[in-house]
Amino acid sequence: MGNAVRMVAITKSFPGTIANDRVDFDVEEGEVHSLLGENGAGKTVLMSILYGMYKPDEGQIFIKGREVKIDSPAKAIDLGIGMVHQHFMLVPSLTVAENIVLGREPVKNKYLLDAFKAADETRDLSKKYGLEVDPTAVTNTLPVGVQQRVEILKALFRGAEILILDEPTSVLTPQEVGELFKAVAALKQQGKSVIFISHKLKEVREISDRITVLRRGRIVGTVNNKTTSMEELAKMMMGHEMPSIIMKDHAKQGETVLRAEGLTAFNDRKILSLKSINFEVHQSEILGIAGVEGNGQSQLIEVLMGLRKLEKGTILLNGKPITNASVHERLEKGFSIIPEDRQKTGLILDFSVSENLILGQQDKPPFAEKLFRLNLEKEGEIAEELIQEYSIQTPNKETLVRHLSGGTQQKVVVAREFSKQPKFIIASQPTRGLDIGATEYVRRRLVEMRDRGCAVMLISADLDEIIALSDRIAVIYEGKIVATRERDRTNEIEIGLLMTGATND
Amino acid sequence: MTEDQTMSRKGKQLVEKIWSWLTGSLRNSIPQIVAIIAAFLIGAIVLLATGFSPLEAYGAMLIGAIGDIYGIGQTLTQATPILFTALAFLLSFKCGLFNLGAEGQLLIGGFFAAVVGISLTGLPVFVHLPLALLAGIFGGAIMGFIPAVLKAKLGAHEVITTMMSSYVALYVTSYFVNYPLKAPGWVSQTIPIAPSAELPRLLPVTQLSAAFILSIAAALATVYLLDRTTIGYEIKAIGLNPLAARNAGINTNKGLILAMVISGAIAGIGGAGEILGVHRRFIDGFSPGYGWDGLAVALIGGLNPLGSIVAAILFGAIRSGGITMNVSTGVPLDIINILQALVVLFVAAPKLFGYIRKKGGFKWLTSQT
Repeated sequence: MGNAVRMVAITKSFPGTIANDRVDFDVEEGEVHSLLGENGAGKTVLMSILYGMYKPDEGQIFIKGREVKIDSPAKAIDLGIGMVHQHFMLVPSLTVAENIVLGREPVKNKYLLDAFKAADETRDLSKKYGLEVDPTAVTNTLPVGVQQRVEILKALFRGAEILILDEPTSVLTPQEVGELFKAVAALKQQGKSVIFISHKLKEVREISDRITVLRRGRIVGTVNNKTTSMEELAKMMMGHEMPSIIMKDHAKQGETVLRAEGLTAFNDRKILSLKSINFEVHQSEILGIAGVEGNGQSQLIEVLMGLRKLEKGTILLNGKPITNASVHERLEKGFSIIPEDRQKTGLILDFSVSENLILGQQDKPPFAEKLFRLNLEKEGEIAEELIQEYSIQTPNKETLVRHLSGGTQQKVVVAREFSKQPKFIIASQPTRGLDIGATEYVRRRLVEMRDRGCAVMLISADLDEIIALSDRIAVIYEGKIVATRERDRTNEIEIGLLMTGATND
Repeated sequence: MTEDQTMSRKGKQLVEKIWSWLTGSLRNSIPQIVAIIAAFLIGAIVLLATGFSPLEAYGAMLIGAIGDIYGIGQTLTQATPILFTALAFLLSFKCGLFNLGAEGQLLIGGFFAAVVGISLTGLPVFVHLPLALLAGIFGGAIMGFIPAVLKAKLGAHEVITTMMSSYVALYVTSYFVNYPLKAPGWVSQTIPIAPSAELPRLLPVTQLSAAFILSIAAALATVYLLDRTTIGYEIKAIGLNPLAARNAGINTNKGLILAMVISGAIAGIGGAGEILGVHRRFIDGFSPGYGWDGLAVALIGGLNPLGSIVAAILFGAIRSGGITMNVSTGVPLDIINILQALVVLFVAAPKLFGYIRKKGGFKWLTSQT
């Protein structure tokens, strides 16, 4: 079997960083080849170069032995390269078939879309690769896993021989991951090459033929999956031994800090998405909210923060109602939040590290002085301290947060939120998209905050994370808390079943 | 080490710092410089095509703008109101808003200042003048406040409301100076303001008044506001990421109203400065579109208050030089509008500059030392 792709000495730099430094990478026909590395290792950049989204500064690309210049995704598609991005590129209001044929629509009478033919072609394709979809379903009504299948089919419809999957499992439930892996195996059977970008060791081990490890823009090595081990891979990836997550014993549970009674609220589409939710979070406790995404978690957080109107219900902090308090008042009273989407709601990307570190406290001493003066000296001083204390890897405190890696951005959020001595922390998907090092770091800090007496509410789609960190676990399903369990008296299977609505309390 | 040596080293460091700042900002403004050169080149073609000599026309313009003390005075006079409106646009823009109502805010600011300047008499200068300026600030602020509240409470888009409010301001002031407040005579204007409300003139013969100093002070104050105060921090936070600002407990509605009020107030002083310093009475339609020029100046100034000073003076020079050009060479004044429009067009097309740089142009300016 020959090389489907060979990339030689690819170098790509961005202002301030070298994303790829003389990277060599090849994929054989009919091979599943994983690109493994931490966030910011340069995996996605390398594949974006292959897909024609970035132009490399140096280096050559060969497709099936022939040197090519790929200067646009259109060119990449012509060469038989398909890419499924982390964020899907589907038109939400179109049907599955329409999305799949988009750009190469079968037509009748020259200009009209032949919807039936589009649906037929989709059905054929879906059968051929064992990727089940309903061609007539409207895309935005489908679960994420199915939308991803549509993305894969879209690439195959365009004749992809080489399929790049960028962190495909990060948005999927465990069941969906299983299905995806089956599909990948089927594609391999058909002789397609699959490039699987991931930072999850377990998954990479499960489906790869070969694994190439990237670290800080450089190739650490390419290994055969059969002859390597978890430990070896982790070592290659991290540059040191894999740190284990240290879980301390239960801290002593204290008084109730936050109490929610009968929380009921609508979502943006005016659909009831919280149905009389009750829970309590105690001092020195992590309450895990387990659930498949989209079961009301976002609305719950917004309601707690004061960003969404409650239809019914009461929120009590230390026994005092704060149901009608503004966001600002809640923050003053000791609320703290690590939002789900750090780039969208947690940070101001075009602010510097130090400016982001005071966000939310800019109007309080020591930063605010008389006559609205902002004490920049104090801001800088505290920023230096926090950069040290939370080991934020930034060139300096003036660097724009936009230029930092995902893990470092999250550290900025964590440093800001934890340093203001909160009483109640909402941590929503706090380790999403982070590499092993940063994940472990954030988790350790969360446990530390709990041990210092904070009440922590952890919302995560990652069941392992919930089980590893929570003292108690509440399962949210279709806007209701369907069960609450002590961590020691439950297991992954039970929680998993509750999350999918298979059992009820 | 002697004290002298330390001093000289410090001095050297300071000079180096200023030098690197200057070269840095020059490098950053290459697109603008290119845009201006390109605009004048195309302007030359237009002049040639209409039968004028570009060299002669531009020569006359240059002499008119900076050839003598009178020219410089007129250039700065013309630059003053444009700098105010540029700052107004810039400030709202930092909050993520498009304040297209600077024209109206300037008119109402000027009108309020005129009313105070005329109706109060017998006050000492140090009371009357500040009162008249405050009236201008107040008038502009109201004109900024209304669209801001409409946006915060009703979601009305500020582009529409601010632009429309400019027309309301134009016709309302026009009504007043044509009917109830009209001075005797044929011209649509009020009677002169009291001398105690006049902003002093800076240069004899020219119309350059202390309003110019106020405009520079306003630019510096805007820098301070944006970079050194909690208000500026919150305004920028809202402009860059309203969701994150809201999450951090910043009241985004309050922030945007405040930004528009300050923005309107700045344009308002601009109007007051024109009335109290230049015309000394309210003349119907005294602004030939300063509000709209301000938008262009803010863009050319790189949405930076200090850059806006330079850009405003450039526009002032084109305007005042244009008048000399018109008188001495007969080139119609419209060429000024063509030049200004071309500058804006080229500044708004940054990709053009990228193309030139790719082709290897301007290496001498872009290369790092």
